[in-house]
Amino acid sequence: MGFEKVEHELHKRRSSRNLGVGLVLAAFIAIVFGMTVVKVSRIGDEPAQQQGGN
Amino acid sequence: MSDASLNTQAPTGEAGFGDYFALLKPRVMSLVVFTALVGLLAAPVAVHPFIAFCSVLFIAVGGGASGALNMWWDADIDEVMKRTASRPIPSGKVAPREAMAIGLTLSVFAVIMLGLAANWMAAGLLAFTIFFYAVIYTMWLKRWTPQNIVIGGAAGAFPPMIGWAVATGGVSLESVLMFLLIFMWTPPHFWALALFMKADYEEAGVPMLTVTHGRKVTRRHILVYTILLAPLAIGTGMTSIGGPIYMTVAVVLNALFLLGAVKIWRRDEDIATVDKYRVEKSFFGLSLMYLFLHFGAILAEAALKPYGLGGW
Repeated sequence: MGFEKVEHELHKRRSSRNLGVGLVLAAFIAIVFGMTVVKVSRIGDEPAQQQGGN
Repeated sequence: MSDASLNTQAPTGEAGFGDYFALLKPRVMSLVVFTALVGLLAAPVAVHPFIAFCSVLFIAVGGGASGALNMWWDADIDEVMKRTASRPIPSGKVAPREAMAIGLTLSVFAVIMLGLAANWMAAGLLAFTIFFYAVIYTMWLKRWTPQNIVIGGAAGAFPPMIGWAVATGGVSLESVLMFLLIFMWTPPHFWALALFMKADYEEAGVPMLTVTHGRKVTRRHILVYTILLAPLAIGTGMTSIGGPIYMTVAVVLNALFLLGAVKIWRRDEDIATVDKYRVEKSFFGLSLMYLFLHFGAILAEAALKPYGLGGW
């Protein structure tokens, strides 16, 4: 005997939210990685004020 | 705000991602992105494209966060006004506390990330903007004074200044003028809207100038602010961010804007009702173009500079 899986409107909304949060987190990781690469590669190239976070 | 008195309708369960995104006021965010980008690109210091992208993104997130805090606090007003009744909180899709949590979290996140990406001057300006919009404007002055729009306009005027600070690490005459351009533009823009959306603000009990001082006074205020705005907009064209393109745009648009304001000032409610606020609506439409084209012209001057064309 098995239970039929019912796709509810609520599941759709929840999965859209999960997907959205997942994509936002992935984008955040990419941004932090990209920022790190840019900052590290420019050390010594510019005045301190432009490097930020210091 | 009184959470208890708010919409008795409980949230309808799970909100979708789009509902949370709507909390950030995407349309306002697009204006923030545009003006911040112009401020950043018009500055005399070049910024690495990726750092520029991240900085504008964090400024937008900060702006969105203050929008979420505004929606949390103003949910009772939004519920009454037709224009805002479908927002995520009054429509029951997102709980007020969720909006507050998102607003606070994203505010802190955006400020810290902007500090790390660009500099702490820009981050400080962003923090002040969020505080100004969420606390000074939304929580304090919006329900207290008919000059609410004037004060609220200051919050919307900060993004180009933050963009400039991202590049230069400071504040200068040009960034102050960009701030003032939006600051002085906001009152005539919103008061024109208030003239033809009158029922909304009256029902919500927001002390708009139209409600507290009447329409005649509002019409006069629109004219006064438009007169003050014109020399400011044209004066900006004489600084390092101006040039022939900007000056042409500024002269033409300010002449049209002044003409519109004079027309509004000379009309009364009887005439406006007959033609369904045609002049007020067209002035409102022009005001949108006004800001977009002024900042577009500053951007054009900055974009053409490397080719020896932009600027004076």
